[in-house]
Amino acid sequence: GLGAAAMMVLPLRANASATDDLIAEFTGGADLADTGITLTAPEIAENGNTVPIEVSAPGASEIVVFATGNPVPPVAQFSFGPLAGSQTAATRIRLAKTQDVVAVARMADGSFARATQLVKVTIGGCGG
Amino acid sequence: GGWSRLAAQQRLTQDDLIGGGSFGNVTLIHLTDLHAQLTPIYFREPEINIGVGANAGVVPHLTGADFRRRYGIDDGSPAHYALTYDDFTALAQGYGRMGGVDRIATVVNAIRADRPDALLLDGGDTWQGSYTCHHTAGQDMVNVMSALKPDAMTFHWEFTLGSERVHEIVQGLPYAALGQNIFDAEWDEPAELFKPYEFFETGGVQVAVIGQAFPYMPIANPGWMFPEYSFGIRDEHMQQMVDEVRAKGAELVVCLSHNGLDVDKKMAGIVTGIDVILSGHTHDALPEPVQVGDTIIVASGSHGKFVSRVDLDVRDGRMMGFRHRLIPVFSDVIAPDADIAALIEAQRAPFRPQLTEVIGQTDSLLYRRGNFNGSWDDVICDALLSEREAQIALSPGVRWGPSLLPGQDITREDIFGVTAISYPEAYRTEMKGEFLKIVLEDVADNIFNPDPYYQQGGDMVRTGGLGYRIDVSQPQGARISDMTLLATGAPIDASSSYVVAGWASVNEGTEGPPIWEVVENHIRELGSVRVEPNTSVEVSGI
Amino acid sequence: MATGVKPRVKVPATVAAGETITIKTLISHNMESGQRKDKEGNTIPRSIINRFTCAFNGETVIDVAMEPAISTNPYFQFEAKVPEAGEFVFTWYDDDGSVYEEKKTIAIG
Ligand SMILES: [Mn+2]
Ligand SMILES: [Mn+2]
Repeated sequence: GLGAAAMMVLPLRANASATDDLIAEFTGGADLADTGITLTAPEIAENGNTVPIEVSAPGASEIVVFATGNPVPPVAQFSFGPLAGSQTAATRIRLAKTQDVVAVARMADGSFARATQLVKVTIGGCGG
Repeated sequence: GGWSRLAAQQRLTQDDLIGGGSFGNVTLIHLTDLHAQLTPIYFREPEINIGVGANAGVVPHLTGADFRRRYGIDDGSPAHYALTYDDFTALAQGYGRMGGVDRIATVVNAIRADRPDALLLDGGDTWQGSYTCHHTAGQDMVNVMSALKPDAMTFHWEFTLGSERVHEIVQGLPYAALGQNIFDAEWDEPAELFKPYEFFETGGVQVAVIGQAFPYMPIANPGWMFPEYSFGIRDEHMQQMVDEVRAKGAELVVCLSHNGLDVDKKMAGIVTGIDVILSGHTHDALPEPVQVGDTIIVASGSHGKFVSRVDLDVRDGRMMGFRHRLIPVFSDVIAPDADIAALIEAQRAPFRPQLTEVIGQTDSLLYRRGNFNGSWDDVICDALLSEREAQIALSPGVRWGPSLLPGQDITREDIFGVTAISYPEAYRTEMKGEFLKIVLEDVADNIFNPDPYYQQGGDMVRTGGLGYRIDVSQPQGARISDMTLLATGAPIDASSSYVVAGWASVNEGTEGPPIWEVVENHIRELGSVRVEPNTSVEVSGI
Repeated sequence: MATGVKPRVKVPATVAAGETITIKTLISHNMESGQRKDKEGNTIPRSIINRFTCAFNGETVIDVAMEPAISTNPYFQFEAKVPEAGEFVFTWYDDDGSVYEEKKTIAIG
């Protein structure tokens, strides 16, 4: 709405590099493939406080998720056990503003893959 | 100019408008974005409707003479008046009002005389937008539309009645309430009350109609009014539904959509197997379908001005051909259906004194539609500035609201025609200059993002007391510049506070008098309204 | 202590042996992030569920480490293999030391 909603205006770049550091910590600096992992999130969040996301990386042992534009980027780490029916999980996350959500998978062979999705968090309020 | 009413109407006959004879074996009748206009109205189409990215300069982003050239429409013709904006006042005096559900009933009956099992499909934005609709919580529209016996509908503004009321109506609705993208928000599962699709057998053909509600309902409208639901485009689920109905034997797949035309064009390129998209929400009226691959997209305008008829030849499970007619509902040419006229009168009778009360007059053409300020919005913004004692006014860029001609009375019904919503509070608050910039940038990106999936299908927020430049070709954050406080000519200062009045906030708990009261008081004080050309927004990057 | 915490899960009651099923879980919890301030300007202390696990007959399906960016009323959806009849155990671990557990038995049919 056009009411006086509080908006967080943080420098995106600072946290994007914070995410890069966190990813490097997770991967030990290994290369990131851009296939083998899917991240599904809405183009526009209906509500920045509860944004549905789904990650899927067939054969992965772990998937970590980061919200690059949040004051604290880490979101969750999914570890899949022997009875996982697939390496897929969905949850709902908080996004402080429009930003990239990033998911990184550790594959069974020790390699890593990354997927990124831009999610727009809007004030909203007009329509046809 | 110089149009004689009689001369104009002599050129038109009801039979010519509706057309006769059917083609193929299936007929669809599409009506959308009625915005609760039961009776005939004037509605000026947009002068400015900018397309960006792949949609720059193409349908539906053509207006005026460009539009007429694209479709071979003669200047001064009925189609000029119905489909484009220029010379509107003169042409309106000649051709008269358009729409009226009693006239629409005549059109529907004439088509059904040719093709008794034609499917009548309502694209939504039906239960919002008038005095009687507001005061009956949609019941007037439900009563009248049910008498037309539609086969299915989908939704947008209907949800602003609140989920409880929507449940109540939909549970008793004598036709299908569809939305493959209406999900239960808690468990992320298709909402039980709204079926994704419905099968119809017509002309010996199995037709599946899949509903697509407005994807961005909780963003464009107050999500707290319908917290149980989640929407979104969900084109993967749409593909699943198409595959499912094909597997069940659908020979023709129709999507009854409230996506908006640019979103439908993109979706048609992603989802395969839809034969016809009946498109609503962005209020475009197109004389010919838009084709994307094997899909045709039909856009049927708004406010009851048009009914689309689509005849299809379906053989061996394939659409082999189509014939399409955008029927303009000239209310002085098409005779009202007596039963529906009586039913409409019955809805209006209890409110007659309130509806017809004259509040003032207008010396200017009052209209809303267009990407930037319309003259109706200028009146509303002026009302907010003076009645709420504000420096800056904000009015939402909705696309609904009938027009008034110079010299017309302004009645209470007319004011509700441009303000009737369920969250009408005219707030008064302070905003920092930097936040005002964020607001303008945010709304501009909802219209001018080059990817249609990031567009919500409204127009730019209207401003009073505030001027700005916009470069539509830039990304979010870089489109808006030179924001100016018009009262002083001073640049808007990022860290200074300004008193801002507005309405239609999606935030719960917004306080203020209803906007129609604010506008009514303002017009009463003025007596007659005159709107000067608005030069407060400079547009570039087209 | 967080109050009114109520876990809910959706699991089919009967499956074929070896089948893969979809599981959905929700737990009511306000997930106080530790980043918000109260009216007096004091930081409201963090109080979240920080871990969720699902196991079947003692073997892990999924184990999630959760940060404050997980929404109020945490929701998870995932898939599990069901090799035989048995019991799913779902466990949520709260910052305050509370552990919430939900069990679902599943039959082969
Ligand atoms: Mn509409
Ligand atoms: Mn709409």
